[in-house]
Amino acid sequence: MDYETVIGLEVHAQLLTASKMFCSCPNQFGDKPNTNICPVCTGQPGVLPVTNKKAVELAIKTALALNCTVEPSSVFARKHYFYPDLPKNLQISQYELPLATKGHLEIEVDGVKRKIGITRVHLEEDAGKLVHQGAARIMGADSSLVDYNRTGTPLMEIVSEPDLRSPREAAVYTETLANLLRYLAVTDAKMEEGSLRCDANISLRPKGEAKFGTKTEVKNINSFRAIEKALLAEEKRHEEVLSEGGKITQETRFFDDVTETTTGMRGKEYAHDYRYFPEPDLVPVEPPRTWVAEIKATIGELPWQRKARFVGLSVAGEAAQLLVNDKPLADFLDAAVKLGAKAPTVANWLIGDITAYCKENKKELAGLNFPPAELAELLTLIEKGTLSNKIAKEVLFTALQTGKPVKEIVAASGMTQISDEGELLKIAQEVVKSNPKQVEQYKGGKEAVMMFLVGQMMKATKGRANPEAATRLLKQALG
Amino acid sequence: MHTKTAHELHELLVNKKISSVELTTALYDRIAGTDDKIKGYVTLTRDEALKQAQAADERLTTGANPTPLTGIPIAIKDNFCTRGIKTTCSSKMLENYLPPYDATVVTKLKEAGAVILGKTNMDEFAMGSSCENSAFFPTRNPWNRECVPGGSSGGSAAVVAARSAVMATGSDTGGSIRQPAAFCGVVGLKPTYGRVSRYGLVAFASSLDQIGPLTKDVTDTALMLNVIAGHDDRDATSIEHPVPDYRSALKNDVKKVRVGLIRELLGSGIEPTVKAAVKGAADQLAALGAEIVEVSLPSFEHAIATYYLIAPAEASSNLARYDGVKFGHRSQEHRDLISMYYNTRREGFGAEVKRRIMLGTYALSAGYYDAFYLKALKVRTLIKRDFDQAFERCDLLASPTTPTVAFKLGAKSADPVAMYLSDIATIPVNLAGLPALSLPCGNSSGLPIGLQLIGPAFAEELILRVAYTYEQNTAWHQTSAVI
Ligand SMILES: [Zn+2]
Repeated sequence: MDYETVIGLEVHAQLLTASKMFCSCPNQFGDKPNTNICPVCTGQPGVLPVTNKKAVELAIKTALALNCTVEPSSVFARKHYFYPDLPKNLQISQYELPLATKGHLEIEVDGVKRKIGITRVHLEEDAGKLVHQGAARIMGADSSLVDYNRTGTPLMEIVSEPDLRSPREAAVYTETLANLLRYLAVTDAKMEEGSLRCDANISLRPKGEAKFGTKTEVKNINSFRAIEKALLAEEKRHEEVLSEGGKITQETRFFDDVTETTTGMRGKEYAHDYRYFPEPDLVPVEPPRTWVAEIKATIGELPWQRKARFVGLSVAGEAAQLLVNDKPLADFLDAAVKLGAKAPTVANWLIGDITAYCKENKKELAGLNFPPAELAELLTLIEKGTLSNKIAKEVLFTALQTGKPVKEIVAASGMTQISDEGELLKIAQEVVKSNPKQVEQYKGGKEAVMMFLVGQMMKATKGRANPEAATRLLKQALG
Repeated sequence: MHTKTAHELHELLVNKKISSVELTTALYDRIAGTDDKIKGYVTLTRDEALKQAQAADERLTTGANPTPLTGIPIAIKDNFCTRGIKTTCSSKMLENYLPPYDATVVTKLKEAGAVILGKTNMDEFAMGSSCENSAFFPTRNPWNRECVPGGSSGGSAAVVAARSAVMATGSDTGGSIRQPAAFCGVVGLKPTYGRVSRYGLVAFASSLDQIGPLTKDVTDTALMLNVIAGHDDRDATSIEHPVPDYRSALKNDVKKVRVGLIRELLGSGIEPTVKAAVKGAADQLAALGAEIVEVSLPSFEHAIATYYLIAPAEASSNLARYDGVKFGHRSQEHRDLISMYYNTRREGFGAEVKRRIMLGTYALSAGYYDAFYLKALKVRTLIKRDFDQAFERCDLLASPTTPTVAFKLGAKSADPVAMYLSDIATIPVNLAGLPALSLPCGNSSGLPIGLQLIGPAFAEELILRVAYTYEQNTAWHQTSAVI
């Protein structure tokens, strides 16, 4: 039987606020354990939460970019479960009335565009971190240590509709969403560091069936690459179970990055009745319309708008997408274009040699001393005919490696193209003289031989001849 | 000295007739003479108090902005966090808990120059109506030591009645200030929900808890309210409503004030002597020019049931944090995380707290939430609406604070429902978030009777004015317990 896969994603993003969600402790990563804590985020008796307005602002900004309706009134709720990384043994989240609802995000997979529904965007607080000694998990550990620095970090949860139809779509959706969040500067969206987390709900149904199959939730997906892998593994498992006439049990499964398989947890340990009820210590979030409008005005150019603009500048669609997906590259292109460079050419260099260099050397473009002005300079030298493409590439690598300015490299190396046509003509005449056989072939009508002769000119000039001029002058020398 | 009110003592302090150190010492002498009989205090803070008294004396001498509370010795209920001073909630769970911070109200009282004598006994985590649910010892009623002082702020009411504190703080979730005030013959005010910051008050039921004063007379209540009222950035439910000078509301005038007697609280469940005293008080107010009408609040009969769903539900959530991980009691008997949780909570909480945690957990559970918690919220709305309608007809409402006078220790401890019913007149007020005050209006076989005055939201000034007028024209506040 043919099955259709149905996937919905819950993405959690740590927000880039100065302070935590409900107290004034610094919201930062990597400090000594239990230094960014206070009575509120350690759940001391008598404390009360106060909502971080900046977190609400960033979540509204995201919701607007996702075409959601920002609800006139939303409510925080308490979600209860006992765990030592949760000081109050409850998490303040949003439940029945989230901050924003009913939006969509457009994704493009293999040239096909699809709108993926966004069910809701809501705010909550993060838990602390546990370190277990003597075992991998708390059950069986000799002891466990808890660090409350992360406790109370603002988290935004974005829940999609079950609109995704393949693991690949799920991966593209997450990357598109993460990229959007980076454009909005609401999170740094680093899955490996946990500032972006993704839980996936997946089910299979016979093709053409309207009813959803039984879903499982896949957790512990810790990188963008793992999304597709985890879902492919779980999709395969579903398919095997179903095609043997078996039934899928609704459960939470953990993805193992090494074996690339998912495993179910013993039901009881994770079976929770969260006993949600409205958080009585907080008043509803009721963002005034004027404030929402002000937030809307702070949204800059979004990735898909930028892509359209790049295409308008004659950058090929695929190239434009690649650039937009990597904001620093796209920013680089804009800066270079502002300095007079042509967008398609800049795009080619960025996607080609520059990206290749960065990948090979495991470096970020921003970390190299190669500002957009340098690329613009290089392209000008090519356009003026001062540098051949081949030599320009050498100059580029030297610039990327040494951080020296393009002009300086070019001046020091004498690598400029030979622009003196008299000199080039002499070389052309030499080439004609020393290759009589080929000259004969050419004159006999074999025009392709010209390529060989130009190559000889390049060899003689160590690549410093302009290919066009070389061809023209060779023809002249051939009479 | 210990018998005087804060406003009387203030005169003596500013006129240098006495010093705060002398006054504080006198209060500790009084405590030494009475508290082994009353057992109102769980912690005394003599060293800090004398330092605070010294600082107050300097402030009074240099004229550096003394307030009416500067140098006045007060007691704090033991569910207010006090930095570095044990805050136990009269629970084994927090027997040795030292908060790292002061509650906002404690900060405000300290800044006003009040001297903190110590922390007072209460029903464990404020759950109870008799102070018998303290994990340490019961507090006795100064008027009759065989009787309870009421609860949960029983210790605070008892020490004010015993004159072993000039005034005290209390917290009121379903009557925990007003009921002990009535039983102990003192004045107790539960302000409008949101009038006073709850930051640092160990939470019982967050949507119902409110802090207020317990004092010897109405003027002192106004003085303490002046200090503690107001918005707090740390409490999102505290309301940005202007704080008037409550003392200037104290006028001996009730002419044309329409007071509604609540019919449902003058029925069969109310002790005849209590009923008679409240009717007598109404007659007195009428004689002073107030208009007395009778009003009905039909949804009252559901108030107790509603309260015992909402309050335990919130409590079960608020008390989840006591797990032995971070602070408070941790059981020595544990093999793993789960057994640590179980044994810590089994050993740390008393029977009534456990009962309410179970009730609340049940009411919030999947499949029961709609039938219990959600329904309770709807009835709560009806109760509010009843009050709104009543306030269309009158300015204030009046009722007995309690159906009976103070009962004997042990009389109701075996029957939780009978105990719950002793809060029938006070609970609806918390559900509606309204301000209400209890003041002495009679005496039955040597035990005080309380009159409850209920106002619309933020009508504390009117409540205080009517209470003050009644007090000025009667002598109940001048009688005190003999120990
Ligand atoms: Zn904090």
